[in-house]
Amino acid sequence: MLEINEKSDVEAPSAPSKTEREFTVKERSQWRMALRRFLRHRVATASVFVFLLLILFAFVGPLVWKYDYINYTNDISQPPTLKHPFGTDSTGFDQFAVVMRGTAQSLKVAFIIGIVGTLAGALWGVVAGYIGTWVDSGLMRVADLILTIPALALAAALARSGGGTLVLIGLVLAAVSAPYVARVVRGVVLSLREREFIEASRALGASHWRIMLRHLLPNTVPVLLVNATLLIAQGILAETALSYVGFGIQPPDTSLGVLITTAQGALDSRPWLFYFPGIFIILIALSVNFIGDGLRDALDPRQTRERR
Amino acid sequence: MTIDLEVDPTKKPDRRDDDQEALLVVENLTVTFPTDDGDVKAVRGVSYTVRAGESIGIVGESGSGKSVSSLAVMGLLPRSARINGSVRFRGQELLGMDETEYSRLRGNRIAMIFQDPLTSLNPVYTIGYQIAEAVLAHNKVSHDQARKRAIELLGIVGIPFPEQRVDSFPHELSGGMRQRVVIAIAMTNNPDVIIADEPTTALDVTVQAQVLEALEAARDATGAALVLITHDLGVIAGHAKRICVMYAGKLVETGSTEDVFYRPRMPYTLGLLGSLPRMDQQRQERLTPIKGSPPSLLNLPPGCPFTPRCPIAEEICDREEPALEEVAGSGHAAACHFRNRTADASASDLFSSESETAAAPRGDDEVSAQ
Amino acid sequence: MLVFVIRRLLISIPVLLASTVLTFVIVKLSGDPLLYLKQRQPRPPQSFIDQQAHTLWLDRSWPVQYWHWISNLLLHGYWGPPVQGHNDVGSEIVSAFGVTARLVIVSVVIALVLAVLTGVISAVKQYSLTDYTTTTIGFVFLSMPVFWFAILLKQGGLWFNSKTGTHFFGTIGERSIPPITDTSFGAQFGDIMGHLILPVIVLGLVGYASWSRFTRASMLEVLNSDYVRLARSKGLSRRRVLVRHALRTALIPLTTVTALDVAALLGGAIITEHVFQWNGMGTLFLTALNTIDFNVMLGWLIVTATIVILFNLVADILYGILDPRIRHA
Repeated sequence: MLEINEKSDVEAPSAPSKTEREFTVKERSQWRMALRRFLRHRVATASVFVFLLLILFAFVGPLVWKYDYINYTNDISQPPTLKHPFGTDSTGFDQFAVVMRGTAQSLKVAFIIGIVGTLAGALWGVVAGYIGTWVDSGLMRVADLILTIPALALAAALARSGGGTLVLIGLVLAAVSAPYVARVVRGVVLSLREREFIEASRALGASHWRIMLRHLLPNTVPVLLVNATLLIAQGILAETALSYVGFGIQPPDTSLGVLITTAQGALDSRPWLFYFPGIFIILIALSVNFIGDGLRDALDPRQTRERR
Repeated sequence: MTIDLEVDPTKKPDRRDDDQEALLVVENLTVTFPTDDGDVKAVRGVSYTVRAGESIGIVGESGSGKSVSSLAVMGLLPRSARINGSVRFRGQELLGMDETEYSRLRGNRIAMIFQDPLTSLNPVYTIGYQIAEAVLAHNKVSHDQARKRAIELLGIVGIPFPEQRVDSFPHELSGGMRQRVVIAIAMTNNPDVIIADEPTTALDVTVQAQVLEALEAARDATGAALVLITHDLGVIAGHAKRICVMYAGKLVETGSTEDVFYRPRMPYTLGLLGSLPRMDQQRQERLTPIKGSPPSLLNLPPGCPFTPRCPIAEEICDREEPALEEVAGSGHAAACHFRNRTADASASDLFSSESETAAAPRGDDEVSAQ
Repeated sequence: MLVFVIRRLLISIPVLLASTVLTFVIVKLSGDPLLYLKQRQPRPPQSFIDQQAHTLWLDRSWPVQYWHWISNLLLHGYWGPPVQGHNDVGSEIVSAFGVTARLVIVSVVIALVLAVLTGVISAVKQYSLTDYTTTTIGFVFLSMPVFWFAILLKQGGLWFNSKTGTHFFGTIGERSIPPITDTSFGAQFGDIMGHLILPVIVLGLVGYASWSRFTRASMLEVLNSDYVRLARSKGLSRRRVLVRHALRTALIPLTTVTALDVAALLGGAIITEHVFQWNGMGTLFLTALNTIDFNVMLGWLIVTATIVILFNLVADILYGILDPRIRHA
């Protein structure tokens, strides 16, 4: 999308003569155009707000809410009321505070997965795609191999003996997701490598590093952004799945996945323990997915979206 | 060897242009596309007539609206396009016609050839299949007969060893051959009109000649009228009897090929011709390109759209858009307020760099007819 | 064509072999199989633990262990002993596989058919209400934790059962336990179906959501292509253009995507089986992972890897059949 960094189109002259007229549309930089396209995607824009609200809820909420997740109250197993909007559990913990904490932890894991996974995958893919030859084959064989094993099984096996801390789970899931990103990025790099502007740069004497950093990497940013959102959304669901099979985040750490796993037996008697954390997981994943969709629309100039 | 395809005997008229019925009448065609930046007026009132067997060329640069107007005739524009005016084929109004009926006309009475041969053909079907499909869509014949017709057509357009080639896939053929297959598809049912939208633009110069030859062969075999759309004046000169020049969505000059080439009236046409290197003329002066770029069709101000690039523009050009009016009464019309002044002008008279013209926009590219 | 297939087959073999190595490493990393002994109260004598280790070849170096396992498997068809108990690892895997295969195959078929239908309709009626509704529903399904939804479905099934007084939705296991007395084919078939519905919905859901999005995107791209435009200009009917030209070409990349998703589906089966308590591969793996029953784990991982590689091979071949450009490359 970016090609060599140039501005687009002709400017109107500043000193019009008698036959001059403003014929062209206002010039815009590519990023601003992408932003405009993103904002046109109403659901994605709304999702940005929802996601920001979720972040506020998780990280600022505990500072203003009267209960916390460490000290239990005297209200046992209460359904949602004004005092306890999400009810309480059998020990008396206020679920509103508990879900805040769970959301915060889940968001942290999701971000680790998203950022580490994308960066690792990007590096993997760029090196493989640019250098080519046996390095490429080798790196991609490894990626394919990892992808032959069901991610859940792989993650569970790797996480099993690690202690179940938040960071570890995040890193394990990031490692499992990186090959996918590597494949995608490698594809982009391969197609870019053949483009003439790379050849031109080489002809001008640019070093391999310079090409990789100044030309290839910026052009992979759109793909990376979209994939990062994908990883974040899938990451949160993966963490949930890991918790369910028992190999995810272990107590005393908590997360939304842990919450619904422990609440599954209570579905009949205390459904609020099951529903609220689940809804929050859906909100996070859904908003991130929509944002990713909006980013894809915004950053892919080939899509011509006609007005309805 | 010809196949009996239940061809209507009244469909193949002689190739005499005058006194023939008007097959295709386009009247005041306008096409507008809604975009988020506003309405893009791609075609702003185009009228022309195509008679049986005649050949007309539509010339213009990218963005002039020439392709859009022919897609409108074929009914192939996206649903969001707003089309007004009238397109009549043999008296029948095409705009707003029911899709099933339209399908009966397409590929049958009116056929189209597209620009990029590398993407025009479906990669998963053989070329024989794709030609036979066109046969079977409009004729109740057996698959065998359709296949025979396909082989016959491949022979007409000049594909060697058509009996073997008929089972090839598109990617096994070169660009020029693929374009000839597209021509074969277009001529399958002996249409009355063939619209060729930039048929040679994507091809090498050497291949262009072959493709144009195939196009002529198609016309000979079917007696069809030809609407040839291109920005290449050289291609037009050899294959069209009449020329329409388009600029910014409107026709700015129409006439016979001789009239337009040797006695152009509209400054844009003059500029086009002046920027064309000619081998057949003794040339003492430099080539004179037209400075500037074509206007955006989003915010067209009133007046003639060529004004900013026109060397003889005056105040009236800013205010009033000139109508396409006849000059000499011989069917030669030009849309310029000074159509009578430019009678014997040459391009270098108007466009030479030393003459006092309006300041050209900065950051421009030079525009030539290529 | 044959050359193409043979070439692909030959490449798969080293991939499979490499996969066995990776599998082995992962299982080794997952924990100590004898931990259960070491954590027992009172702790068994060290000599006993050492003897167990020796019987299970755990005291040799990794390469030796690997060779022992793989040569047994390939040359003798022997999957190795279980860490605890006396079950035959091989037959356990085989029977579990049959159960899971039923679930996965039915889920894939239904999800695929629905996804293609929805994707095509969404693409053809782009921006319509149908399009937005199905796209949004797809997004929601993609953003839901699978087991959360499964549990809700299970509750729903039980509620339905109680309201109608039947056992229509079998929510536990893949068949009724104890087995129903009516041995007629109809009753048996109905029993299996009743137990199949909810798990199929759960497992097929994510597949449906992602495949229908993919089909829609692929169709949209194809519908705007030059050759579809040419097909229309030939005067072909809308239906023919849609099916013979657009769909035919748009489905090609879907084959690859579906094959690649097989791995994900096998992972999803783990959860689905656990929720509905099926005795399939998923449950088998979880149990083995919990106890580090390493030979079972190895067997499981190798079988799934083989299936995934096989499906990728099938997808490659299918792609070659559908797209002549690949065949002739």
